[in-house]
Amino acid sequence: MEKREERLLREILSFYKGQQGELIPILLQVQANFGYLSEKARKLIARFLSITEGQVYSIASFYSQFRLVPLGKKRVTICRGTACHIRGAPRILEATEKVLGLKEGETSSDLEYTLETVACFGCCALAPCIRINKNVHGEMTPEKVKELFPHLK
Amino acid sequence: MVNRQRMILVCQGTGCISGGAEQLLSSLKREVAKLNLGESIEVKRTGCHGFCQRGPLVVTEPEGFFYSKVKPDDITEIARSQLPGGKPVERLFYRDPITDMPIPYYRDIPFYSRQQRTVLRNCGNIDPEDIEDCLAVDGYQGLRKALHEMTPEQIIREVKQSGLRGLGGAGFPAGRKWEACRRAPGDEKYVICNADEGDPGAFQDRSIMEGDPHSVLEGMITAGYAIGAKQGFIYVRAEYPLAVKRLRVAISQARNKGFLGRNILGSGFDFDIEIFQGAGAFVCGESTALVLSIEGKRGMPKPLPRPRTAEVGLWGKPTLLNNVKTFCNIPLIIIHGSEWFAAKGTERSKGTAVFSLTGKVVNNGLIEVPMGITLREIIYDIGGGIPGGKAFKAVQTGGPSGGCVPASLLDMPVDFDSLTAAGSMMGSGGMVVMDEDTCMVDIARYFLNFTRRESCGQCVPCRVGTKQMFDILDDITQGQGRLEDIDLLLELGEAVARSSLCALGQTAPNPVLTTIRYFRHEYEAHIHEKKCPAGICQALSSPQGLN
Repeated sequence: MEKREERLLREILSFYKGQQGELIPILLQVQANFGYLSEKARKLIARFLSITEGQVYSIASFYSQFRLVPLGKKRVTICRGTACHIRGAPRILEATEKVLGLKEGETSSDLEYTLETVACFGCCALAPCIRINKNVHGEMTPEKVKELFPHLK
Repeated sequence: MVNRQRMILVCQGTGCISGGAEQLLSSLKREVAKLNLGESIEVKRTGCHGFCQRGPLVVTEPEGFFYSKVKPDDITEIARSQLPGGKPVERLFYRDPITDMPIPYYRDIPFYSRQQRTVLRNCGNIDPEDIEDCLAVDGYQGLRKALHEMTPEQIIREVKQSGLRGLGGAGFPAGRKWEACRRAPGDEKYVICNADEGDPGAFQDRSIMEGDPHSVLEGMITAGYAIGAKQGFIYVRAEYPLAVKRLRVAISQARNKGFLGRNILGSGFDFDIEIFQGAGAFVCGESTALVLSIEGKRGMPKPLPRPRTAEVGLWGKPTLLNNVKTFCNIPLIIIHGSEWFAAKGTERSKGTAVFSLTGKVVNNGLIEVPMGITLREIIYDIGGGIPGGKAFKAVQTGGPSGGCVPASLLDMPVDFDSLTAAGSMMGSGGMVVMDEDTCMVDIARYFLNFTRRESCGQCVPCRVGTKQMFDILDDITQGQGRLEDIDLLLELGEAVARSSLCALGQTAPNPVLTTIRYFRHEYEAHIHEKKCPAGICQALSSPQGLN
């Protein structure tokens, strides 16, 4: 972790009191700033809260929001909610895997794309859905998936 | 302040935003200013109207013209329609899917006209980020009455008499929970609003928080006063950034207006609310797990016999935990009284139910109906039936804890007890319609894949049982099913349901058990004939030989 990043992390921590109940909010905020929870970050957080690194890892690995490895710049998320599933989400996932050349959970080596799935992000009326960073695209088809990544062949 | 008579409402719910509604709002504002209509017309952001599938949605008031699928190119025309003598933009009217006739008015569209919107009363009508708008429609009047005219005991009596049952899924009588929490010894108590909405296929809590956050706060503050708590938490899932933002705005506005903080409305009662973002774990729908999660621990249900959260909850203190919709009903019960509320619904299920109606149905969206309405009315009258002339097969309620209800039960009333008797459950409000192209074995496999991943791993029946059931279902969909598999699934399902530590495991077999109960022939076709009648399972041949 670079000096600059460590400074930012310490600045984030300065807003908290150091109580164990703050662990999840801290992890969420650190992840929002760094994209993932690095080993160094987990170590500093553990020290700040006077708990073990193992305890931090136990929480970070329990909840589905947390990432322990760096993510790509563009996070492509396929919803696998019930409405999406019956309206063809498995085919959308397949098509996206093909376009990006990634399997579910993988990140491209140039850290450009991460492909992931989520249990549901609540846009069921527009099923099947795909999200790229913060933008949701509804009523997807395998053809439309290709249009979302025009520069990829 | 200028009293502008005319309004153009632009939905800014997550669904409409995904269709570009944010740009629509800003360009509509610019256009109205350009036409010098700013003095007489207000362009307003609203929360979810519910008809997300037809979004982005724009409504003009006072006429009530309803425009669907609005695009940036339509903005000028909509703004001009508001000029004196202007005509409505007919080509944007919603068209009846059967007759293809345009329906100009919001109130005439069957999707809306058959609903009874009480919990959703303000969603789509007010600006969720402006407390003045909320106050104009009697926001915080219930709280005012509760604090100034009622004792905590009177409030609890009113909630009890209303018959309101918890709308998060289990349907536990709300008043009894409030009473237990009030009676629990201790000065320090907490109120938690469960807004985690972990069920896939459900978005009603999200839409309410995005569209009417103040009603949630009002219900929570009233509950705090009734049970004697000073602090509340909203446990909202991190997947809902817009809901979190709107709640933050609402909390800060409520503090400024004196509805939160010290000495609320001069009553001497102190109460504040914090947002806690859940980090994604379905098991946190279980109350002891949710509480542990706020404490910064792994959300794993406490072992049995576990104390009730109402008595030993957050940090060991008595804690009242209710769902978003349950809290939203409270201001209405306080204002209109328990009798008004109890007059709606059935004998044992009072009031209304909010559903996310999705899947293979013509009209997708957020709906609110009186308890006791039939599934047929919901799916055909409000939902407009099944698209593409396909046949209805089943409707799934209750998410991964619920089941699939077949066509033979379409005339069943929708309430807590009937759904449970059918092997499903009310759940938090997901309602996914399935047609002839949906494979029921695949659906069972889908849900077990979900519960298997979400099991916290603490107890063996859930951790191992859901995995074993998933493996068997996976084999069946791959054409590897064995004759004895159906009986084995039934046996395993019963064991997991009986011996799991919490509701996640206890209800996990429901999707399998109901699909076997009502669609056994589909399992048999997969196992005996190696065929998938719906043509979904790719390893198997479809009946038409398409694969």
